[in-house]
Amino acid sequence: MSPDRPVGDLFRRFRERPAAGRVNGSATGRDAGLAPHPSRDAAPRRGGRGGGEQLNVPPAEFTSYYGRPVLKPPVWRWDVAAYLFTGGLAAGSSLLAAGGQLTGRPALRRAGRVSALAAVGASTYFLVNDLGRPSRFHHMLRVAKVTSPMSVGTWILSVFGPAAGVAAVAEAAPLLPDRGVLGFGRRLLPPAGHAAGVVAAVTAPALATYTGVLLADTAVPSWHEAYPELPAIFAGSALASGAGVGLVAAPGAQAGPARRLAVAGAAMELWGSHRVENRLGLLSEPYTQGTPGKLLRAGRALTAAGVAGALLGRRSRVLSALSGGALIAASVCTRFGIFHGGVASARDPRYTVVPQRERADRRAAGQD
Amino acid sequence: MPDANSLYGPLDPAPDAGWVSAPPRMGFFTDTSVCIGCKACEVACKEWNGVPDSGFDLLGMSYDNTGALTANSWRHVAFIEQPRPAGHRTPPFAGDPTGPATSPASATAGAVTAADTGTNPGLPPGQPEAAALMAAGPEFLGMPGARPPGRGTGAESRTDFRWLMMSDVCKHCTHAACLDVCPTGSLFRTEFGTVVVQEDICNGCGYCISACPYGVIDQRKDDGRAWKCTLCYDRIGAGMTPACAQACPTESIQYGPLDELRERAARRVTALHERGVPEARLYGHDPTDGVGGDGAFFLLLDSPEVYGLPPDPVVTTRDLPKMWKRAGLAALAMAAAAVAAFAGGSS
Repeated sequence: MSPDRPVGDLFRRFRERPAAGRVNGSATGRDAGLAPHPSRDAAPRRGGRGGGEQLNVPPAEFTSYYGRPVLKPPVWRWDVAAYLFTGGLAAGSSLLAAGGQLTGRPALRRAGRVSALAAVGASTYFLVNDLGRPSRFHHMLRVAKVTSPMSVGTWILSVFGPAAGVAAVAEAAPLLPDRGVLGFGRRLLPPAGHAAGVVAAVTAPALATYTGVLLADTAVPSWHEAYPELPAIFAGSALASGAGVGLVAAPGAQAGPARRLAVAGAAMELWGSHRVENRLGLLSEPYTQGTPGKLLRAGRALTAAGVAGALLGRRSRVLSALSGGALIAASVCTRFGIFHGGVASARDPRYTVVPQRERADRRAAGQD
Repeated sequence: MPDANSLYGPLDPAPDAGWVSAPPRMGFFTDTSVCIGCKACEVACKEWNGVPDSGFDLLGMSYDNTGALTANSWRHVAFIEQPRPAGHRTPPFAGDPTGPATSPASATAGAVTAADTGTNPGLPPGQPEAAALMAAGPEFLGMPGARPPGRGTGAESRTDFRWLMMSDVCKHCTHAACLDVCPTGSLFRTEFGTVVVQEDICNGCGYCISACPYGVIDQRKDDGRAWKCTLCYDRIGAGMTPACAQACPTESIQYGPLDELRERAARRVTALHERGVPEARLYGHDPTDGVGGDGAFFLLLDSPEVYGLPPDPVVTTRDLPKMWKRAGLAALAMAAAAVAAFAGGSS
């Protein structure tokens, strides 16, 4: 026995160190973790988390392999987060365009169609660019699998994309000459654009919501457990960003529906993100801390500002446009926040081990 | 007509995938109680499958310098080094000027080391705080005894320092999330019930990497495709034993029909329990677990998370029908909102 200190003192002192600065001391957690039978089996445990702010989150004691993540964090780069936004924007814009087309609001129709095409073009670029083998993007078209949300999404996009394209190109009809082959095109394009716009709008809700399943259908803890809310958040965010396009582009007289869409979208988005930030216990944590937390808070503030501006500033063209911009920016923030929150949850073994250990222990207790 | 358990529950995967008169399901039983950490499995796998090197850096956390399963390491030998002072004795290496062989301090440093494995995400850094907790043993295991350590007190106090070694590998799940989510059909179920990536199809979308509940499959940086253990599809098709099992000098890695392996594993656990190793337990053997049982399962000497395995993995596609339902509801709500917004007049 070392003369000056009891066995294990060094370890004990070291183990205090990470806990320094935390409010709730973890002595009780450690004592509980040292239940001695069978003693070699008793993994060293201790209340690691806690602290002052998140009282609803239970202290997360867990064992790990040298602190390394259990899961592989997503290899998706920022392209995929950007696609979540552009895909939603395309969906929201095409709904706006179809509404404008069917209710005789040409400014909404034109802005919606053009932004839908731009957004779906950007989406395609982001998706192909994120592949490890971009030249093999067409391998996505080999199969159609309902168990793969990415496969489902590929087929949704391959219906939506061309439809949005035709609808947007139809806006160029008035630029064509009256006579000849191009004149024929001038007469043909508007009805074709009409039909294509309707097809795009019918596909749009699927395009906006499948991405929620895309993220949820992974082992990433904070994405998977948020599966009831993610489609709603993304649908709301898509509506709000589409409404943002309408507010930026359309004169006040035509922008009424865009204002209402903004309110509906914001409500869905705020409801959903409130739920994922509070309902998931420990797995809500990644959405409230660090960069994802900042992004989601910024998204919420911008959404609130955008809706308020849209409602109060209906007389002011400038205020409406600013509100529209805020709604679009809010959608970007929300998408990146959700994306990075999930990535953070996969990087830390705590979020994998703790909920699973609790589940396994509950089951074991139930069997005894 | 797909089986009712196609997404979750006990299932024989090869017939469910459409194979008619499939051979018996083959798999691995990795008995970590006889693993000596020689890494012959890692080497044999690389040799046979032509797997590129995964970096030659020391990670500084233990004798494990592979760190994790990656696209360039299809077998990974985990080393768990923990001081477990027995009774009243001096802590191991206490008088050593370099300090204990493994300590929270070294684990803290080791947790964030990274070798360039040539893969993505490869070997992500860990959490220093969690590593420190993992490397510190319980301080005091019991009252001092009158007899030499280990005699009379049982096997659990025989050593003051424990090494657990385990050769990790792709689990070839009954319900393989990687396969379910693959949008190109690159991942497929073989007639042996294993899961294999077709490298001429994979376009590197990375979905399988996020879907795997064990963190096995990974992307190679230079070619962008996902790679993992094939359970030596080429060898087993020719009636041979996979390279790792063939090379294992202690038969820690056993290959065979899964039913046989499960029986053998159950007998081994019983034998170990009788011999005073109460902590021996099987992992991944149960067809009713969250992934429908693993094609490659393990005998462990501590909780799965000690080895870096998830304690209770569940295939993500179990919830997929519910997810599509939620997406459908959200889509309807979205369409309804759009209709309402335009039907509501022009104000």
